[in-house]
Amino acid sequence: MNIVALPLLIPFALAISLLLFRSPTIGRWVGPLGSFAIFIVSLYLFSNLQTNGILTLNMGGWDAPFGIVLVIDYLSALMLVVSSLILVVVSLFALRFLTDDIPLNRFYFFFFTLAMGMNGAFITGDVFNLYVWFEVMLISSFVLITMGKKKEQLEGGIKYLALNLIGSFLFLAGLGLLYGKTGTLNMAHLAEILRNDNQAVLMNTSGILFFVAFGIKAAIFPLYFWLPASYHTPNITITTLFAGLLTKVGVYTFIRFFTLFFVQDQPFWHNLLLITAGFTMVIGGMAAASYYETRRILSYHIISQIGYMIMGLGIFTPLAIAGAVFFTLHNMIAKTGAFVASGMIAKIKGTYQLKEIGGLYKDNPLLAVLFIIPAFALAGIPPLSGFFAKFMLIKAGFENGNYIITAVALLTGILTLYSMIKIWNEAFLKKQPDNQAGKVDVKLAWPDYLPLTILATASVLMGIFAASVFSYTMEAANQLIEPSHYINSVLKNKMP
Amino acid sequence: MLSILVGVLYTAGVYMLLRRSILKFIIGIIFMSNATNLLVFISAGLVAGKPAFVNGATTNVSQLADPMPQALVLTAIVIGLGMAVFILALKYKYFEVTGTDDLDQLKQTDSQK
Repeated sequence: MNIVALPLLIPFALAISLLLFRSPTIGRWVGPLGSFAIFIVSLYLFSNLQTNGILTLNMGGWDAPFGIVLVIDYLSALMLVVSSLILVVVSLFALRFLTDDIPLNRFYFFFFTLAMGMNGAFITGDVFNLYVWFEVMLISSFVLITMGKKKEQLEGGIKYLALNLIGSFLFLAGLGLLYGKTGTLNMAHLAEILRNDNQAVLMNTSGILFFVAFGIKAAIFPLYFWLPASYHTPNITITTLFAGLLTKVGVYTFIRFFTLFFVQDQPFWHNLLLITAGFTMVIGGMAAASYYETRRILSYHIISQIGYMIMGLGIFTPLAIAGAVFFTLHNMIAKTGAFVASGMIAKIKGTYQLKEIGGLYKDNPLLAVLFIIPAFALAGIPPLSGFFAKFMLIKAGFENGNYIITAVALLTGILTLYSMIKIWNEAFLKKQPDNQAGKVDVKLAWPDYLPLTILATASVLMGIFAASVFSYTMEAANQLIEPSHYINSVLKNKMP
Repeated sequence: MLSILVGVLYTAGVYMLLRRSILKFIIGIIFMSNATNLLVFISAGLVAGKPAFVNGATTNVSQLADPMPQALVLTAIVIGLGMAVFILALKYKYFEVTGTDDLDQLKQTDSQK
């Protein structure tokens, strides 16, 4: 199944082609069309997975567990499809919203290397290979975040880089200890060894190193400080790209590691996950409530939502895992939508400060409608995607008897609603402040609306067809909880 | 012996990370990166004086060193080098723009606004 490598090869080839052909007109076409190609390939892989079962590819012809193996199961495939949809949207968004100090071709080059690193992290079946893809992703994001070369961007870049580098070191250290104890880095092989192992305490040293490393990447409670310090500094296109994708890769690795092979000593890990999840939700939500700058509100809000995904992992029933996956997919779409909307507001009004703007509902009802869809989806109002995601998590929480975390999740929903309503009231409903009355608004052309329209449609469709998305995520959760199928497909190498 | 070196490197790295100067902070990052590389290398078990490759004549596994950690560390060193170069370039650019080397000046993006 050589097509399994396509999500890596396509962005690589596109990035190289952007180096060879430097004309901006070519970049203008390569960006969106290339992203669309990745999206099509992801959809094809997903349909292939449905008919053939888990897809694997042994890179370089070395058999697992000795070589590097690429694996696509339901979790990887779902993440691939949604993340490539985000890529399409952001590539369209970049065409209209990048400022002049960032050359389009250079942006798309790092955009595709980031996409390659992310896809690699989703489909690899080898822990060290995962580390390498993380670094590919990180170095591209470092370049992207400092691209404007303004003072705040460099400052935000230093903070972002420092904490993420420390996270990488911890990841590598945990990986080394894991190899020292088990003698393998193939995920399926690790799962087979560690699931038959009774010295659970020994694994906790590597486990906690991985926990902190992924915690930094996913921005969970005590480790999130790099995110609000850096996400509001770069161009809105880059912020949107990061907000939709980067932290979710951290969540993906959390789900992968803590369902596949760190399954010993479950009470300890699940309590740890639930406690950090609770704090992440509440603190992110409260911090978001205290700001009056759309990008900062939404950045803190990312953190709050990460808490829900970790909560699903901490409850650890099939329904809860499915809820966490559903929530991650919904959040990628809705969060990107909210950031795109804030970028459009800023383009019209010239500022992100909510106190200086107003009256958008009267001037631009279309934007108001397009904003309210991702905002309500984030707040979890039926029939949009967020409602079903939260419903699954909360139902799982009650069924499993985790009452405290479920109550916290419900109350955080109110905080979410509050911060969304704040943006709505300040930007759309209230009148334009008097001291800003002389300002002329920028008119948006139709291509400006295109990215947000795609995302809003996706969010609505995910709500309407929640049943089929639910069955996919349930399938993903069953594969995660009972990984014998995963292990068999990798190790026995039954080519589908 | 090597494990003590790893400990010393981590200690020095953390100490340097907590200094105020950005340059010392970067030196701390490099220390930590090397400490981690060594940790990976020794945690997999050192075999002294044995080759890491199969020459066809060796049949006993205990006469071979494990090549895997060496390959891992080689990759990690290259990545660490790239990261160090990037962060140094970033620091230089930041110094050009602001003229400061003080981490306490990095407050702007966290201020309440």
